[in-house]
Amino acid sequence: MKTPTETTTRLRRQTRARPKAHPHDHLLRTDRMPHIWCPGCGIGTVFGCLLTAIEKSGLPLDDIAIVSGIGCTGRMAGYLNLDSFHTTHGRAIPFATGLKLARPQGTVLVASGDGDLFAIGGNHFIHAARRNIDLTVICVNNLNYGMTGGQVAPSTPFGARTTTTPVGNIEEPFNFCSLAAECGATYVARWTSLHARWLTDSLVEAMTKKGFSYVEVLAPCPTTFGRRNRLGSGADLARFFHERSVIRNGIDPREAVLDFEKHLVVGKFVDSTRPTFLDNYELVRRREVGEWPFREEHTPHTSGRAHN
Amino acid sequence: MAKATPNVLAVTGNEAVAEAMRQIDPDVVCAYPITPQTEIVQLYAQLVADGKVSTEFVTAESEHSAMSAAIGAAAAGARTMTATSSQGFALMWELLYIASSYRLPIVMTVVNRALSGPINIHCDHSDSIGGRDSGWIQIYGENHQQAYDNCLQAVRIAEHPDVRLPVMHMYDGYVISGAIGPLTPLEDSRVREFIGPYQPVNPLLDVQHPVTVGPFDGLHGWYFEHKVAQNLAMERAYQVLQDVADEFARLTGRQYGLIDPYRLEDAEIAIVVVGSTAGTTRLVVDQLRAKGVKAGMVRVRVFRPFPYHTFAQALQHVKVVGVLDRADSFGAQGGPVFLEIRAALYDNDPRPQVLPFIYGLGGRDIFPHDIEQAFGVLDEAAKRVRRVSTQRRYLNLRQGRGLEHERK
Repeated sequence: MKTPTETTTRLRRQTRARPKAHPHDHLLRTDRMPHIWCPGCGIGTVFGCLLTAIEKSGLPLDDIAIVSGIGCTGRMAGYLNLDSFHTTHGRAIPFATGLKLARPQGTVLVASGDGDLFAIGGNHFIHAARRNIDLTVICVNNLNYGMTGGQVAPSTPFGARTTTTPVGNIEEPFNFCSLAAECGATYVARWTSLHARWLTDSLVEAMTKKGFSYVEVLAPCPTTFGRRNRLGSGADLARFFHERSVIRNGIDPREAVLDFEKHLVVGKFVDSTRPTFLDNYELVRRREVGEWPFREEHTPHTSGRAHN
Repeated sequence: MAKATPNVLAVTGNEAVAEAMRQIDPDVVCAYPITPQTEIVQLYAQLVADGKVSTEFVTAESEHSAMSAAIGAAAAGARTMTATSSQGFALMWELLYIASSYRLPIVMTVVNRALSGPINIHCDHSDSIGGRDSGWIQIYGENHQQAYDNCLQAVRIAEHPDVRLPVMHMYDGYVISGAIGPLTPLEDSRVREFIGPYQPVNPLLDVQHPVTVGPFDGLHGWYFEHKVAQNLAMERAYQVLQDVADEFARLTGRQYGLIDPYRLEDAEIAIVVVGSTAGTTRLVVDQLRAKGVKAGMVRVRVFRPFPYHTFAQALQHVKVVGVLDRADSFGAQGGPVFLEIRAALYDNDPRPQVLPFIYGLGGRDIFPHDIEQAFGVLDEAAKRVRRVSTQRRYLNLRQGRGLEHERK
C-alpha cells in the first residue's frame, strides 16, 4: 500500500503532466474534442449551462438521453457523455418522441437550432407541443442557418441580411415562444446566452418538469449572421442581445417579442400543468376517458393551457 | 458563325453551375441549402439580388417544400430549376415521382454526397443513384466543364416535346463542387440562342384552357397507361439526348454522347465508371497501355435512360469488364451500375465477364493504385479459362472495425 506522501507526489506529477481537467469533463466526450463551434459562438455557453443544469437537476445520468438534429447546435449530442442520438435534419423531436414512449421513466432532451426545429422540422415541434409529450426542447436561436454558411431561417428578422437574402429578408420571423405556448407547451422560457444563471435555472426546471418544455436561447453567430449584418464579434453580438433584453417573467408569450431595434423580451413565460400524452394514453388504455362529448363533471383532461 | 474566343475561368463546380443558371435565367428557382450544394443557392440569391437574372427565387423551409414549390411553378408554366444533395434529395423522394409523372420539365442539379447514417457529408453516388427509378432523366458529369455543359443541355432535353420529363444532372460533391477547375463558358447570347424560349404544355396559368393536374385517377383509371407513356418518353429521350449533344458540339466543339469511352477500341479489359473518378481511371489506362496492357474505360454519362444498346456495342470485344460503383445496392448481386452493365451485356456473344467493384463510399479516397488493383483483377480474370467469382471487391477498404465479425 502506498503512503499518503507517495500518493500526493504521484497526483502532483500527474497534474503537472496533464492539462487541468474541465469540471464538466465527466459529462463530455473529450475524445471528440476539439469541437467544431466557431470562436465567439453562443452555443458553447448554452452547452456549458446545459451541463451544469444536468448536474444540478440531480437526475441519474444513466436515465438522460439527448437527441439532436442537424446544424451547429445539432453537434451537442455528439459531445455529451450521455446516451445520445444524432438524427437527420429536422427529425430530432420524432426520434425523441419514440425514445420517450419506449422508456417513459427516462428524461429526454432535444437540443437543436432554430432552422432544424422550426423550418424543416416545424411540423414535429407543433405536434409534440400539442400532445404534451414529456420532452425538454432546447433551441439555440442564432437567427440563421449557421452550419451551411448563414442562410435565411424562420428566425431571421425582417430586413436582416443573410447569404440567401443579400439585400434583406423579405419574410417575417416566427415568435417561437408564442408558437410553443399556443401549441400547448407547459413550460416556455427565453434567455440570451449571457443570461447564464437564468438559463441554467430554466433548464433545470424544464428538465425536472413533466410535459413539453421549451427553452430558447438567443445566441450570437458572429461568423455568418453577425458578419453579414456588421454586428461585430461574438462578444459584441452577445452584448447587443443582452443590452436590449428585458426580463418579463409571466408575460403573455404573444407579447414576448424580439424587437431588435427596441427590446428583446426574455424570461419565463409559461409554467403550467396539463396532462401529458402518457397520462392521457394511460387513461385511454384503462378505458377511463369517458364518453365524448364529455359531460361537465368529466372534462378537463386536455385543458389547462393558461399561462401563468 | 465564328467560335467565341476561349475564355477560361477558374471556378468551383458550384460556381460553374450558378453561371449556367444565370445564363439560362429560369422563371423560378426554389431551393433549400445543403452541403455541398449550398454555394449554388447562395450565388443564385446574390444574382437575384443584383438584378442579374429575372428569376423569382424562393427559399423554402425544406427540400420537400423546395421540390413541391418547383412542381407548382412548373405546372403553372414556368421554366423551373432547383438544386440539392444527399439527404435533401432523399427528402424530395415522393415529389420526384410527382414531377416526372406530371411530365414537368424541371431541371435539378444534384451534387453527389453520401446518405446517412452515420452522418457523412462526403461524396458518393448513393443519393442520385437511389432516385434512378423516379422517372427523371439522369446525366452524370465528370468535371467542372461538364457540370456547366450538362446543366445547359438538361434544359433542352427536359423541354423537348418528345420528352417532357424532369432532368437531374450530377457531379461529385467536393471533388468537383468545392474544388477549383477550368471552365470555358459560352457567351450569354449563344446560351440564350441554344436554350430558346420555353413553350409550356397545358400550363395552369393558361386561364383560357383550364386543366386539372394530378387528381385521383379513379378506381379503374389510366394509371398503368400513364406509366407506360412515361417509359415511352424515356425511350424517345435517347435520340433527344444525342441530338442535343450534337447541337451543343456544333456550338462549342465539345462532343458528348450517351457514354464516354476511352481507349476502348482494342481493349481486352475495361472499367466502367461514373463521375470524377473517370479522370483518375484515364490516367491508369494510359499507364497500363504504356506497359502493353490492353486496358480501356467507359464513363457512364447518361444513367437514365440507361443506354444498354450503346454499352452492349461498345463492350462487345472486351473480355472482362469491371464496374466501379460509388454506391451499393445492399443485398443485390452488385452495385447499381454493375447490375445495369451485366444486364446490358447478357445478350452479347461472346458474353464478357462483368465484375463488381465498390469504392469511395462516404468520400473514401480512390487512388490510381486502387484502380490499378482493379485492373489487375480484370487482367487476372482475362487470362483464366474459367470465370472468376462475381463477389463484390472493395477498393481502399480498411480492415478490422467489425467486418470480420460480420463476415462470420
